[in-house]
Amino acid sequence: MTPTEAMLELTPLESEAIQLSLRVAFWSVLTSLPFGLALAWLLQRYDFYGKTLLNGIIHLPLVLPPVVVGYLLLILLGRQGPLGSWLYETFGISLPFTWEGAALAAAVMAFPLMVRAIRLSIETIDRNLESAARTLGASRLSVFLTITLPLIAPGILAGCVLAFARSLGEFGATITFVSNIPGETRTLPLALYSLIQTPNGEEGALRLAILSVLLSLAALGASELIERRLRARLKD
Amino acid sequence: MAMEQGNLEIDLQRRLGNMTLEADFSCTAAGITAIFGRSGAGKTSLINMIAGLLRPDRGRISLNGVTLFDSSAGTDVPTERRRLGYVFQEGRLFPHLSVRGNLSYGLKRVPKEERRIDLEEVVALLDIEALLERRPAALSGGEKQRVALGRALLANPKLLLMDEPLAALDQPRKDEILPFIEHLRDEMALPIIYVSHSMQEIVRLADTLVLMSDGRVEAVGSVEDLTSRLDLRPLTGRYEAGAVLATTVAGQDKAFGLTELRFAGGRLKVPYLNLPLGQDLRVRIRARDVSIATEKPENTSILNMIECIVKAISEERSPQVDLQLDAGGAAIWARITTRSCHALGLQPGRKVFALIKSVAIDRQSLGRRDKSTRFLSEDQ
Repeated sequence: MTPTEAMLELTPLESEAIQLSLRVAFWSVLTSLPFGLALAWLLQRYDFYGKTLLNGIIHLPLVLPPVVVGYLLLILLGRQGPLGSWLYETFGISLPFTWEGAALAAAVMAFPLMVRAIRLSIETIDRNLESAARTLGASRLSVFLTITLPLIAPGILAGCVLAFARSLGEFGATITFVSNIPGETRTLPLALYSLIQTPNGEEGALRLAILSVLLSLAALGASELIERRLRARLKD
Repeated sequence: MAMEQGNLEIDLQRRLGNMTLEADFSCTAAGITAIFGRSGAGKTSLINMIAGLLRPDRGRISLNGVTLFDSSAGTDVPTERRRLGYVFQEGRLFPHLSVRGNLSYGLKRVPKEERRIDLEEVVALLDIEALLERRPAALSGGEKQRVALGRALLANPKLLLMDEPLAALDQPRKDEILPFIEHLRDEMALPIIYVSHSMQEIVRLADTLVLMSDGRVEAVGSVEDLTSRLDLRPLTGRYEAGAVLATTVAGQDKAFGLTELRFAGGRLKVPYLNLPLGQDLRVRIRARDVSIATEKPENTSILNMIECIVKAISEERSPQVDLQLDAGGAAIWARITTRSCHALGLQPGRKVFALIKSVAIDRQSLGRRDKSTRFLSEDQ
């Protein structure tokens, strides 16, 4: 193996961190999407008592220190926590110190970004198109599936990409809630942090930093491509 | 294709901002019923309530004996089950679907046994074959409205609601769409509620007129009757002032390119119309195209001199007055200067001649009353 090839080869630690990061981000987005869509819909289309409060709670992770979010998750979902003990006794599920917990922490932190993007796209829809569809015999559900959903698809995609990128980079809430366990919760940013703390780890840290940049660029590039396709369908 | 004649009965109220919309009328759901009024009179709100897109505060709507809405019985049939077609002013085509996708959107939601018209028929009728695979964004304004009309038709509605479908189009585009609407009325016998603020369109298309003002339905009746009523003049419009005459084609003068029309008050010569003798035709004569003479003029270029009795003179403090004339039972309006009115000493009861320039009666002033195509060959 030449030195150049060796440079391009991922070390086991790096490939483990990348795979874990992708898995955590993927599940974070996938599980939060239905809730994100429902809440964006609720906040955009309905007025109800406590709407401002709900909106505030959703946006809290944007402004709170991530450590606080991680700590709150630990209190709530730890084995002794009110929700955590119930989850463990009923389903045998334990989230702290697992990669699923990391996905949850990432989802909570990324949630406001996803809701905002979807909400914006719902706002821009011409609601007259929905009433036109109803005069043509489509029920509310059918209108949502055949008119609304295709029209907000670019916004949903944008929300997912933002949430995915945010999840890839999640650090504070993750390290607080699920710690920094190699192979389980040591995602890319956490591995980078560990290397910086290690003597002579600078080279490895730099490599991880470059990997992070490449990964984020790839995600953005892919979303740009898909979004262009979706928009083209609306314009011709 | 013919549908059984029915009735549209409306009695409803709804608050709209600081205005209350009140409508209480019924009309036969056949032919074209025009809802006329200035913008803000509540026309669109009224048909939105018929369509179920806007909920009345109180009242009842029924079509052909079927209750669509009744606040006292708690009935409110959802929009999608009312089976009323709706053509909106701005088309509202679905941007993510092709023209074909738009057209079949309503059609595929109609049970097979209830379909009376299919895609090919509508495509041929509206001449939109070449547009089928295009997206709405690639269509012109007139094309969009044709597709919107086709889409509403394919949903096989019991009644078609049209909200100023031509208002956003220029005159050539209007002329492109109008024949299709006439076709729906004449060949398909589809009852239509047609919202408009253009008297020209109404005269050409409508049978029944519903006049609205400030949220209230002020009068319901035939186009001829309502446009000749003095008390409704503030509503039927000053600029558009004019009378509508029911006439019949009585003669053709091919040498001079003129057609003679007979009506209750006499005969009218108008520029040549390619229509058979006996054809019923509605003619709108604008008040500003009518002059008055107290004696029958000689040596004049005016071909149409109709003997009339002055029935009423509008009391407007302006340089102009409008005269309502009675020509053998038919109403004609004349707009002359207040000065001339004084100079001629016009009073109600006075016999005068209404002078109407033939060239003032153009195609856009005419409304065909029924099918004429099958007679054309005999008279040519």
